[in-house]
Amino acid sequence: MIEVKGLSKSFGDNHVLKNVNLLFEQGVPNLIIGASGSGKTTLVKCIVGLHEPDVGTISYDGRIFNQMNNSERKSIRKEIGFLFQGSALFDSMSVEENVMFPLRMFSHSTLKEMKSRVEYCLERVDLAGTNSLMPSELSGGMKKRVGIARAISFNPKYLFCDEPNSGLDPHTALTIDRLIDDITRESGITTIVITHDMNSVLEIGERLSFIYQGDLLWKGSNKEILRTDCTELTDFIYASEYMKEVRRHLISE
Amino acid sequence: MKILYHIGHYALFLKKSFEKPERRSVYWKLFIDEIVKLGIGSIGIIIIISGFMGMVITIQTASQIDGNFIPDYLVGWTTRQSVILEFSTTMLALILAGKIGSNVASEIGTMRVTEQIDALEIMGINSAGYLVIPKIYAFMIIMPFLVVISMFTGIYFGYLICELTGIISPSQYLFGLQYDFRPFDVSYAFIKSIVFAFVISSVSSYHGYFVGGGALEVGKASTRAVVYSSIVVLVMNYLITQMLLI
Ligand SMILES: Nc1ncnc2c1ncn2[C@@H]1O[C@H](COP(=O)(O)OP(=O)(O)OP(=O)(O)O)[C@@H](O)[C@H]1O
Ligand SMILES: [Mg+2]
Repeated sequence: MIEVKGLSKSFGDNHVLKNVNLLFEQGVPNLIIGASGSGKTTLVKCIVGLHEPDVGTISYDGRIFNQMNNSERKSIRKEIGFLFQGSALFDSMSVEENVMFPLRMFSHSTLKEMKSRVEYCLERVDLAGTNSLMPSELSGGMKKRVGIARAISFNPKYLFCDEPNSGLDPHTALTIDRLIDDITRESGITTIVITHDMNSVLEIGERLSFIYQGDLLWKGSNKEILRTDCTELTDFIYASEYMKEVRRHLISE
Repeated sequence: MKILYHIGHYALFLKKSFEKPERRSVYWKLFIDEIVKLGIGSIGIIIIISGFMGMVITIQTASQIDGNFIPDYLVGWTTRQSVILEFSTTMLALILAGKIGSNVASEIGTMRVTEQIDALEIMGINSAGYLVIPKIYAFMIIMPFLVVISMFTGIYFGYLICELTGIISPSQYLFGLQYDFRPFDVSYAFIKSIVFAFVISSVSSYHGYFVGGGALEVGKASTRAVVYSSIVVLVMNYLITQMLLI
């Protein structure tokens, strides 16, 4: 469980996050949705400490992250898996080395155990057999999936995915959504997923938070979202004329 | 004032880098990689440059002293002294600041702008230490070998030019090489070059590590890395010379 209280963050005059309060529970993926530039990435980067928040507290299962010193933060970070929006794979390492990296750094398993863990993770993201490729040889979507494999390889307690399926075809995107959902439920971890993708919202969006210009504007589930009357949110979901038409039908039913 | 800020910031950066490493075995592998990349990768350019410089120093000196007052063997002596005291240490360091400094800064800078450094931090790894320490140690350890290669190449090509052109007799050159030799000069050269290796690797890492923005900034940072490492090398050269030779 991750709790965010009164979080604000600005870059100079740009007030990106304004007093955000959120509770992310374990066992079910928590989705953050919102328009481009609304502060979603900034929010998760504040949660993991890549940005220092201006005010506000963040706690991981009651452990208050902001008040920790460096070594305490490090020990929490070993429990975090993070997929960056741009994948952030290590250029100088092959796919296998990337996925194995957290294990080599922190686990006490043998090389053989680590290899089989890597195989397992690559299989789950549908990339078995790509072990020896370098990141420069991968497509954008493949990089994303390697990023996910790396994020889950060390069995994180907290999983953050920044747009895991942008750039993926609908079918692969669905595979990834289900993977994230399964991992979250199987191991009861706390998962936060940032997404733009309406398919993901409908598929795994049991818990949704809508960020609008740095404010948390709406919370609910995918069942509620289709019939919401929050105008900013409906503008966001039903962006095209076609979708607006669909909404009218939904409402009139 | 800016310079004070950078000195302080650089000191803090080094302090963070030298914290206890997470996994020694991983650092060891990186260290070996860096030795190959920084060291072995520079041998070619060092041989070319040192060879030409050795020849030019010999010809220059020989053509300056064609009177009867100065004995020919001083050409060998001059070549030896210039190569050992300045060329294979300071000049070599400046050349390597260009090659390795820009290389290191752009490598680390690219990792910064593509969030690879953030990825390390998020895993709970001390990114500064992970990226910088293997480079600093590798370069400090490999540098004396590079210096020795450069010294031998320079002096040998000086000899070769005597053989080929007969500008002075090779035996006079060889005599000059051994004339009034002080072993301390070599120690002085090694001390200097190890300090330069530290300066080049750490200053360029610093510039790469704190890149903000995008690819354009990486280019600027690598230029800055070369300029500042060169300046610091020259200042250190002066300070060490003042301390050790006077
Ligand atoms: N390091 C930074 N320095 C300055 N401003 C920043 C920085 N990172 C983000 N911003 C600003 O914060 C705002 C929100 O950015 P953020 O990346 O959080 O958006 P986002 O919701 O993730 O958008 P997207 O869906 O496009 O990824 C933007 O206006 C951006 O200009
Ligand atoms: Mg984003």
